[in-house]
Amino acid sequence: MTAYLLKRLAIALVTLVLASMVVFAVLEIIPGDPARLMLGLNASAEQVELLRNQMGLDAPLATRYLHWAGGLLSLDFGRSYTYSVPVIDLVRERVVVSLPLALIALALSTVIAIPVGLFSASRRGRAGDTIAMGAAQLGVAVPNFWFALMLIYLFAVWLRLVPAGGFPGWSAGVWPALKSLVLPAIALALPQAAILARVTRSALIEVLHEDYIRTARAKGLPYRAVLWRHALRNAMIPVLTILGLQFAFLLAGTIIVENVFYLPGLGRLVFQAITQRDLIVVESVVMLLVAAVIAVNLLVDLSYAVVDPRLRSRQ
Amino acid sequence: MTLHIDMSEENLAGILAKAFRNRSFLAGFAITALVAAVAIVSFFWTPFDVTRLIIANKTQGPSLAHWFGTDHFGRDILSMIMVGARNSIAVALVAVGIGMGIGVPLGTFAAARGGFVDEALMRLNDLVFAFPALLSAIMITAIFGPGAVNAIIAIGIFNIPVFARVARAGALAIWPREFILAARAAGKGRTLITLEHVLPNIVTLLLVQGTIQFALGILAEAGLSYVGLGTQPPMPSWGRMLFDAQTRMVAAPWMALFPGMAIAVTVLGLNLLGDGIADILDPKSRRQR
Amino acid sequence: MGLVGESGSGKSITALTVMQLLPWAARATGRVTFDGIDILAASEDQMCALRGDDIGMVFQEPMTALNPVKTIGEQVAEGIRWHTKASRSNAEDRARKMLDRVGLPSAQFPLSRYPHELSGGQRQRVVIAIACALKPKLLIADEPTTALDVVLQAQILDLLRGLVAENRMGLLLISHDLAVVTEMADRITILRHGEVMEAGDTARTLSEQLHPYTRQLAQASMHVPARASTKEIGQGKPLLQVDSVTRDYPGRRTSLLKRAAPIRAVDDVSFSIDPGQSVALVGRSGCGKSTLARMVLALDGPSSGTIRFRGEVITGKSEAELRPARRDMQVVFQDPYGSFDPRQKVEKLVAEPLHVLEKEPTSAERREMVAKALHEVGLSPRDMDKYPHEFSGGQRQRLSIARAIITRPRLVVADEPVSALDVSIRAQILDLFAELNQKLGIAYLFITHDLTVARAITDQVMVMHDGRIVERGGTSEVLDHPQSEAAKALVAAAPDLHRAIARRLQEQG
Repeated sequence: MTAYLLKRLAIALVTLVLASMVVFAVLEIIPGDPARLMLGLNASAEQVELLRNQMGLDAPLATRYLHWAGGLLSLDFGRSYTYSVPVIDLVRERVVVSLPLALIALALSTVIAIPVGLFSASRRGRAGDTIAMGAAQLGVAVPNFWFALMLIYLFAVWLRLVPAGGFPGWSAGVWPALKSLVLPAIALALPQAAILARVTRSALIEVLHEDYIRTARAKGLPYRAVLWRHALRNAMIPVLTILGLQFAFLLAGTIIVENVFYLPGLGRLVFQAITQRDLIVVESVVMLLVAAVIAVNLLVDLSYAVVDPRLRSRQ
Repeated sequence: MTLHIDMSEENLAGILAKAFRNRSFLAGFAITALVAAVAIVSFFWTPFDVTRLIIANKTQGPSLAHWFGTDHFGRDILSMIMVGARNSIAVALVAVGIGMGIGVPLGTFAAARGGFVDEALMRLNDLVFAFPALLSAIMITAIFGPGAVNAIIAIGIFNIPVFARVARAGALAIWPREFILAARAAGKGRTLITLEHVLPNIVTLLLVQGTIQFALGILAEAGLSYVGLGTQPPMPSWGRMLFDAQTRMVAAPWMALFPGMAIAVTVLGLNLLGDGIADILDPKSRRQR
Repeated sequence: MGLVGESGSGKSITALTVMQLLPWAARATGRVTFDGIDILAASEDQMCALRGDDIGMVFQEPMTALNPVKTIGEQVAEGIRWHTKASRSNAEDRARKMLDRVGLPSAQFPLSRYPHELSGGQRQRVVIAIACALKPKLLIADEPTTALDVVLQAQILDLLRGLVAENRMGLLLISHDLAVVTEMADRITILRHGEVMEAGDTARTLSEQLHPYTRQLAQASMHVPARASTKEIGQGKPLLQVDSVTRDYPGRRTSLLKRAAPIRAVDDVSFSIDPGQSVALVGRSGCGKSTLARMVLALDGPSSGTIRFRGEVITGKSEAELRPARRDMQVVFQDPYGSFDPRQKVEKLVAEPLHVLEKEPTSAERREMVAKALHEVGLSPRDMDKYPHEFSGGQRQRLSIARAIITRPRLVVADEPVSALDVSIRAQILDLFAELNQKLGIAYLFITHDLTVARAITDQVMVMHDGRIVERGGTSEVLDHPQSEAAKALVAAAPDLHRAIARRLQEQG
């Protein structure tokens, strides 16, 4: 067990370090000098040179990488070129929007998908299954930002139940803030739920063909009990894998969906930073998101060990 | 008594007969063929010229002349969707080609060599998977500038590890089979065995994954164009049309409705096709997403 | 009660019908009455009450019959709790007793063990514990020992016999093996293509063999191909010479840096085979015989020791250097389904070894060689353009042999070549092996756990145990008068139809 955990942990760390190098390298090759960008076109060569020196831009590549990576570890992400405030402040402001959004969406998609998958698998081939899987098939096909637009039209423009966009901030009270996250969360969650429901169903159906299901049936357990007690836990392994992958999808999805709803989240921050060439912000947010994805995948690996005793005893 | 049921052992006639009985395949094939036909027709004919702006006709609702209405420049939405289809298909198809062309050799190579090579390639895969694909596509297009070509490259790069993983998993399932041992006993090397025995046996898997990635590519292209980093105007694209529609939701909801439906129908068609192929050729194949 | 038949005869379907666990598509008609209840008319609820409580079932494949994520204690106790509404601790006590009874004592096998921590034979004991936990009136055992080696088979059959006698259970034993059924069952029913051929008292049915199909089955089970008596060999150099070969596999990783001691699969093995000689390598599963075979075929390299083929060392050579040796050495695998690429036609498959010839034959030459090989194994040259799935199991094994002899090798290594086949097909394939040995002078290394096969076709037997060869000698000598413990255990456990019938007749007087 410990060997398995250590190996996964080591892989996660190596991936994280490599990812940071990639992010750093990619942004190094971006055309455009941030110092010149900050000072504007009229600045003299000396002024630019001075600022470059102040910002540490003239140091060798490796030094700058180490400096930057060291900063990341102590949550010192540097200062934004355009906002002239520490990046960490920007991030802190935005993460309170994005994280709740992603978590609500993840919870919502799980809560919808697993019961639907169970329902479909237990009624395989019957009308209920066909309808549920037809809906899932549609859900997978719908782009989330279009779905978001349709939701806005229906609930905000037409029914006027929720605001069409914007975020009042948590200081305006929990309820108004949550209310403005409802539609974005649904827009993010439903397409993901469709995928997850399909995976849950097919994983269950696959497990239901296993010999040990027949053994359980031969014990006299009714079909429903077999599904719950024997099939579900074995089917959790592919479901967990997809859940882990979905977290990355959700994070990326927030970039676009936050744009649809004018939510001041990380996605919007990184998108604005890209158009403004605010590289240090881009670097930091991308690194943060990548670290989150790696952490979630590590969590998924660990939960495999909880679900599957074969992994636990594999030395 | 041992029961052996290996459905992959079918001849062509049997496969075709099954295909005609598979609803998923038929529906998917019909939709995909329709979208492809529309895209091809758009080269020669569209109801209206999409490059001509007629402001007098702007934001008209669906009518007999303009089935899907017109946009804020007075362009016919149906015509734009037709031209957009061509664009979406091209981007997604080339991106799948990049992913398959690089990913499949990598994956089969990793499976054939095993050991260190395999481990290194898989860690590289982990690395790419750690980047949320759309985020990285946004970064890539932001760095190299927006445009269809850069969108293709960005989407294509993220198809590589997907195909590498599927090809590797498929190949790893083939390698321990006895017919591979027989080929080795006949003195065949890894490369020859991969070409002669492994690849033909994982074609189904790759085909199914291809349709999935094709569908995802269409979604990704739409997403990139929607945020302004994909296909550039005046070339019509489905994602860009949705962006234009967003601020006019109240006045002209049809501007958002029809392009979105075009995306959904195309993706639905491809997914049904993939499901159908998987059912027909190999009911046991696991789908990877 | 025993139910016997070849594959596709409907044995397992019959059992599943009794349990009402048939796949969805299947329909049953007729009547199945159990203890006055018409099972086919019974509702699902009634069936759930019967299953596990009054009817227990043991399946063929112990490796997959247990849920991998639940402990054996949970799985045994589950049925008890379900049917008797007993408390958890009460049910666990009963599960414990049951596991003790099936030979899994609590010291080594606490209830908290998971299936993957047990071997195949141990898992089958757990499955039996589940089936017998509530002392059902009827126990259905569907090929309960087919996946196990002979020694385990004897132990499991003993266990079943004991349990049936203790609890006065009825036993429905389904098997393809006449000898097994004869040992276990009072009455026998012989099935073919879903129809009953003959039914009656076991001893009488098999000793009288009134029905032609019964006779055919019984004879095939005891079939010995006609072979010329062992040629006097010994002159000239040995064809294959294995010198103190050892193969270690790295142990499991216990932590990032440490590994457990390596596992020694083959331990200091030496032997030789003369040209034209037919040698059997017998042993229990996991004894290292397949590893040894792979090394002889140069598909795996030994950790130490050398293997010489035709006097040349073949260990540690590159694939290119091995080519000449490969020409003279071919292989036939166990599974007639898995050993052909389903995507290629017979012509290409059978011609595959021609790859090692010095000069690649033209396509016309190739077709001719394939046609000849097919003819030699009793297939038609017209079969060349078919795909492997168009052939039956026995025909595929002929294809496999055709592929092995197309280069006119001097040694064929056959890894359990008939153990996946029905008895009547098995007899035909053994005949074919014997014929080719006589006609082409091919030497065989037969790997098998089945002593009847060894007896039928080989001159010499080597007994392997825990990676070592513990005994070697003339086939009938070793099998009739085994010296080593391992050989004695194998011989004692092997089911033998003659002996079984004789014993039964004796018991009945």
